[in-house]
Amino acid sequence: MTSPDPLQAKLLADDLLARYVRCLDDGDLGAWPGFFTDPCIYRVTHRADDRAGYENALIFADSRGMLMDRVNAVENVSVYEPHGYRHIVGASLIEKVDGALIDASTSFLVARIMQDGETSVFATGVYRDRIDISGDEPLFAEKVAVMDSERVDTLLAIPL
Amino acid sequence: MEGFDLVPEARPIWRDGDYSHIPFWVYSDAANYEAELRNIYKGPVWNYLCLAAELPGNGDYKATKIGETPVLVVRGEDGVVRGFLNRCAHRGALLCLEPRGSVKRLTCVYHAWSYDLEGNLKNVAFEDGADGRGGMPDDFDKSRHGLRPIIVTEFCGLIFGSFDPKVPDIETYLGPESVRFLKRALGKAPLKLIGRSTQVMHNNWKLYLENVKDVYHATILHLFFTRFRLNRLGHEGGIIVSESGGHHVSYSKMDAERGNQDYASQEIRSTGEGFSLNDPSLLDSIDEWEDGITVQIQSVFPSLVIQVIQNSIAVRQILPTAVDRTDLNWNFVGFEGDSEEMTRTRVKLNNLVGPSGYISLEDGAIGGFVQRAIRGVEEDSGVVRMGGDDVTTVDYRATETSVRGFWKMYRGLMGV
Repeated sequence: MTSPDPLQAKLLADDLLARYVRCLDDGDLGAWPGFFTDPCIYRVTHRADDRAGYENALIFADSRGMLMDRVNAVENVSVYEPHGYRHIVGASLIEKVDGALIDASTSFLVARIMQDGETSVFATGVYRDRIDISGDEPLFAEKVAVMDSERVDTLLAIPL
Repeated sequence: MEGFDLVPEARPIWRDGDYSHIPFWVYSDAANYEAELRNIYKGPVWNYLCLAAELPGNGDYKATKIGETPVLVVRGEDGVVRGFLNRCAHRGALLCLEPRGSVKRLTCVYHAWSYDLEGNLKNVAFEDGADGRGGMPDDFDKSRHGLRPIIVTEFCGLIFGSFDPKVPDIETYLGPESVRFLKRALGKAPLKLIGRSTQVMHNNWKLYLENVKDVYHATILHLFFTRFRLNRLGHEGGIIVSESGGHHVSYSKMDAERGNQDYASQEIRSTGEGFSLNDPSLLDSIDEWEDGITVQIQSVFPSLVIQVIQNSIAVRQILPTAVDRTDLNWNFVGFEGDSEEMTRTRVKLNNLVGPSGYISLEDGAIGGFVQRAIRGVEEDSGVVRMGGDDVTTVDYRATETSVRGFWKMYRGLMGV
């Protein structure tokens, strides 16, 4: 595949992100690992740790299997009050295109909706994505969700 | 129902020496909470403040709290760590607004009073007035307006602080067993911070500290632990309760064969045989302890929890922010000199803990479930009688002895 031009890259990134957040917001977690290559990197961190160069993450996975295990835990093992998310993602900024790899940064805002309807801003931040377009469809080779705040209300079970 | 009065007493008597029945008002009573800030946090206890590793250089500071009171920990030009109220001696404004940083002087933004790193007031803006008029009176003595100090001490790379000069030295305060296990967990080499996070809990601080001391729940609420046989009550292990009751260590040795059969008969959701990981590398570990202990959970009254689960090490700080709200500050650590492989192993295992942790995320919510359920019916009490009514060290874990220990120390300090 030839390297996409900047406009194509932006369309590919925006489309992948739109489908990704719809998957999470619809609660279709079983489909979530399918948005990643295997192996892959998925991390949830926050700005202060990111700037300090700390390696730890709230969630860290380096294979699609680990993402499947996260889904299994969230759906079948972990105990928490039922809730859902609504992701609002901003326009993707294409940082770099290198062959079949697109680096994009995209702001996110995640509202959390509890079972009684209470809705609050749960997280804001930026996705730093590396998108691999060499296959049949674009996939995340790397996705780092960098939250603006290091505070998490109650718990973070469903991925961002 | 037998045993229940439809209209119980408004507030039953809490008998002296009873650590097995906990009246629910202690978690929600505003006046009691204010008394805790005075009698416990400002009392003869050591409050965890920060890691020494967070202050590597002279002039580095960390702003934190004792109870709800803002304090500063500063490494001076002489390399000595000191503690102060994070409060200007002039009008009482917050001195350091950022949680951490590095400074030569501590200068208040309000009127630019500034202090050296030993807390001495060095400069008062317009001390001699402006244009020859005004200014401080002649009898104003800067040496009497320094930052109010707190006592600090360092142990195993942890910095503790106290308001009370009568607090015993840290090793006496901890007791020999807590000292031994803190050294086991953190004493191998200088600590290296690898990440932080804060979990905001909608419950009284005591509910979290009790939860940490409550070994009974760990393998029932946290299914992940049990399903992967990382921790089961039948595994070899025990609970150590300090003489004061306030500190505890629970430890266990993972054993895939032992202690499994008991769970099947308990009608609990924890067992779930047949659940397996697609990528078991999550649980890969490196034997760095060489004593067979795979899980160590330790608490130091009233604000510190140390957790070692194989190579996952965290220093957790419990800070009350209101009677029904608590911040849990997670510090994920390793050691200086860790190999890349070791760090990666810790990072992967840390999926187990923190606000998203497979075996800890529930703890962010469970205290809130209690806090909500007791609202308006605080005349009742909870029961903490597993393993009897004693506060003792035992070599088994189907007991709530360490929770009772908490109440022993709490009631002593609070006079309730």
